[in-house]
Amino acid sequence: MYETHYHRASSVEEAARLMRSAADGKYLAGGQTLIPTMKQRLASPSDVVDLRHVAALKGIAVSGRHVRIGAAATHYEVAGNAEIGRVCPALCDLASHIGDPAVRHMGTIGGSIANNDPAADYPAAMLALGATIVTDRRSVKAEDFFTGLFETALDDGEIITAVEFDAPEKAAYQKFRNPASRYAMTGVFVAKGGDGVRVAVTGAGEDGVFRARDMEAALAADFSPAALAGITVSADGLMSDIHASAEYRANLVKVMAKRAVAAAG
Amino acid sequence: MGVEGIGARVARKEDKRFITGKGRYTDDMVVPGMKHAAFVRSPHAHAEITGIDTKKAEAMPGVIAVLTGAQMREDAIGSLICGWMIHSKDGSPMKMGEWRPLADRKVRYVGDAVAVVVAETRAEARDAAEAVEIGYRELPAVTDAVKALEPGAPQVHENAPGNMVFDWEIGDEAAVGAAFAKATHVTKMDIVNNRLVPNAMEPRAALGVYDAAEDHYTVWTTSQNPHVARLVMSAFYNVAPENKLRVIAPDVGGGFGSKIYIYPEEIVCLWASRRAGVPVKWVADRTESFLSDAHGRDHQTHAEMAFDSNNRITGFRIRTVANLGAYMSLFSSCVPTYLYATLLSGQYDIPAIHCNVKTVYTNTAPVDAYRGAGRPEATFLVERMMETAARELEVSPVELRRTNFIRSFPHQTPVILNYDAGDYDASLSAAMEAIDYDGFAARRAAARARGKLRGIGMSCYIEACGLAPSSAVGSLGAGVGLWESAEVRVNMVGTVEVLTGSHSHGQGHETTFAQLVGARFGLPIESVSVVHGDTDKVQMGMGTYGSRSGAVGMSAIVKALEKVEAKTKKIAAHLMEADEADIVIENGEVRVAGTDRKLGWAQVALAAYTAHNLPAGMEPGLKETAFYDPSNFTFPAGCHICEVEVDADTGVTEIVQFVASDDFGNIINPMIVEGQVHGGIAQGIGQALLEGARYDTESGQLVTASYMDYTMPRADDVPSFKVATTVTACPSNPLGIKGCGEAGAIGSPPAVINAITDAIGNNDLTMPATPQAVWRALQPRGSTKEVRHV
Repeated sequence: MYETHYHRASSVEEAARLMRSAADGKYLAGGQTLIPTMKQRLASPSDVVDLRHVAALKGIAVSGRHVRIGAAATHYEVAGNAEIGRVCPALCDLASHIGDPAVRHMGTIGGSIANNDPAADYPAAMLALGATIVTDRRSVKAEDFFTGLFETALDDGEIITAVEFDAPEKAAYQKFRNPASRYAMTGVFVAKGGDGVRVAVTGAGEDGVFRARDMEAALAADFSPAALAGITVSADGLMSDIHASAEYRANLVKVMAKRAVAAAG
Repeated sequence: MGVEGIGARVARKEDKRFITGKGRYTDDMVVPGMKHAAFVRSPHAHAEITGIDTKKAEAMPGVIAVLTGAQMREDAIGSLICGWMIHSKDGSPMKMGEWRPLADRKVRYVGDAVAVVVAETRAEARDAAEAVEIGYRELPAVTDAVKALEPGAPQVHENAPGNMVFDWEIGDEAAVGAAFAKATHVTKMDIVNNRLVPNAMEPRAALGVYDAAEDHYTVWTTSQNPHVARLVMSAFYNVAPENKLRVIAPDVGGGFGSKIYIYPEEIVCLWASRRAGVPVKWVADRTESFLSDAHGRDHQTHAEMAFDSNNRITGFRIRTVANLGAYMSLFSSCVPTYLYATLLSGQYDIPAIHCNVKTVYTNTAPVDAYRGAGRPEATFLVERMMETAARELEVSPVELRRTNFIRSFPHQTPVILNYDAGDYDASLSAAMEAIDYDGFAARRAAARARGKLRGIGMSCYIEACGLAPSSAVGSLGAGVGLWESAEVRVNMVGTVEVLTGSHSHGQGHETTFAQLVGARFGLPIESVSVVHGDTDKVQMGMGTYGSRSGAVGMSAIVKALEKVEAKTKKIAAHLMEADEADIVIENGEVRVAGTDRKLGWAQVALAAYTAHNLPAGMEPGLKETAFYDPSNFTFPAGCHICEVEVDADTGVTEIVQFVASDDFGNIINPMIVEGQVHGGIAQGIGQALLEGARYDTESGQLVTASYMDYTMPRADDVPSFKVATTVTACPSNPLGIKGCGEAGAIGSPPAVINAITDAIGNNDLTMPATPQAVWRALQPRGSTKEVRHV
């Protein structure tokens, strides 16, 4: 690891100020990607601004079916939150299967979303749940937030403070893990809500998380695994690597979608 | 069998320190003035070095020295060698390419060491390593062994035209030809044995210390065989004379073969400690381990097996191309030859075998022995052939194997080995019973009703452990003997120290060896200490690999014990005025048989050292040494049966049952043996389902250079194993031991693949059988495009 300066921010404003004064700063929101990357000497921020101790970023609030999760909520906290479990157990299930226990106790939902790893789980949930990403400057619909591989709508120095969504009627997430890394090689989050069905796919797209619109249409008419039988998933635009070709991923998208629908009940 | 005796499940003495984090590994060693090394490695698979500029690195904070290959040549440090001479079938010797500890003219694989930085801290060394400026002229690279043999392929070494290291053969080609001419059925297969990265838990490390006052060198290093390291570093690398070099291999966290060899890094650390005048420590990070540890396997084979009308094998023809990587590692040449082709008879009575092996240089990490070393490659080939032949001949795989089993011993195979003992049907029957083979059809039907494809597959393996005798391996080209040595020191108060040339890096020798000694004299194992891994303490040794520590290492201890026992009896007979032949040693007492006369074990030990009253002419003391050279290999054998369920939608294979029935001969500690089998099977399942080192064919970059891309087996990838043993004692060593360290990794891969191919009804499946590979094998042919690689 190269030399870096560590700052522990105690407020969102202080964090933003520290970032502005850094030559080449990075926010630390759990560090489950950033720290290994720095240890590999593939990232060398001059300053690291730790957001994990900012009180305003913590906390989970569920009001009726409205869910607000502070950006610094760990995967472990989301997985075990009884109130989310009551209205949207699919999200708890997703969080409970991210990485391993050590990762889940350190990694945060804000960090995961800001990083937008194409194989991360949370972006699929945000997209399928129609979530709003709240920052220190504005609110952005998930639809507009995830813009490409490791790319988001966040501007320089902008901090995610929370995510919000209305819990769907039914939802489920199914992922097929990369055998080596155990990140999602294909993960599908299905949500059925008042405004229809959303199917979001992570781990498979060349441009990151995406919605499978033809599946959404089929499921809107008939929310059952059988409704997906006639859908053909094209390999075009899907990732191909040593673990999975685009064709294999196309197959997995369909299989995981059917299983997610079945799991959603 | 007592609580601690031979055959007892004694908890491992060494585990307290390992489990509580008190192990002492090379990286735990700290000496005054110690500095840290970082290697500058080639980012290219193949390139000429056009210049090295160290000035900027030398000016970096904390830097003490930046050293290069030119300085190693100045100091006449030798090139790395392969210690086993193989001749091609035309009689020419193998073509050993020059392997400098620090490359100074050409780099030949990604990770090839070019320079070393010595600095105050590890971080400063790494920072400065990035500042060493090396000019490269890139050359085309080749990573695939078959492609490396094609005309026009990039040349890895100037002295090996066409990249051929040697073109070797064994067996009677004409006899095989005659058998095929009369065959009623021939089974043909192309089989790949996938390349593996050993992945010992502890990365390689070295701490070199030069004492200018004494002109003496010490190196702590992660070695499976410290005496061999000392020999090679003295005799070939010219680092230090043998009498002025101490090699210490302290606790070592796994080896699997990868720590047999002497690598550039330990030579460089030792040399740099003199050149830079400071103790130098290097510890590999995981990426360096992936890049530079010797890899395993990597065979491409075409095989044909001839059968007569009674389904008896009449001939076996094998053509193998083995990738040796960029340089010949220490024992690389014997792995695809004498550790591979000699096992191609398997458990079967095959009258004629001919095998041709071409070994090839490529721009990849060196390839050498990895758990099983040649025997997994042979077993995978033979057992895939048997399964395939059974399917083609439409007979049960059990019946085909039973038809062809060797049933009388000793049995001379057409490929050198003389099997001394075994009962293959017993292993097979025991395994079939343990897995309820007869109930499989019902289980398959039940699985089908659940939408799963269920399959069963077996592997009847044989291996050869404890390569021996030394005269035989010498005649086959080995540069060393393969004996072992031991010293048994009875202390003045009767406690015992056993100094062994074997080295434990996970095997539990401190327990097993103590059990052996304790049982012999009726002493508690707490009073027996095992010392290993230090050339200043242990007289000589050949180390631990090839499952030799039980069969060879413990036999050497037995020989020393026999001498101690004989002397003890002489002293006791003298003290008790009895006949030596009437003295028995048991339960910590030395007694005269049939009388109540006895002495405590400690009393006799003390008498040996006080020397107040010894038989006339006897030397004082009770300490004996022995060298043991076995008369033959040992031949562990057994049967593994694997039962799987495949999810056709995703191609995921679940191993639902795995049974191993092994014949390891006599067993000292069944718990440790079972642990060895469990670990071996886990590695075998890793090879079959998960692991595979992949180089980018264009750039020669190792694509699987971290755990993000190289799939190690995890606990939830393997089932609970059912393991059982049958016993035919090995006749060629005093304990009747055969060796158990590698059997799991040797026997299991074909059982897994035979089970999957049975489940999916398609025999065209290579390792690793990843979900994608299995899914593709399930698709109608031609319906999917070729897998695209990065």
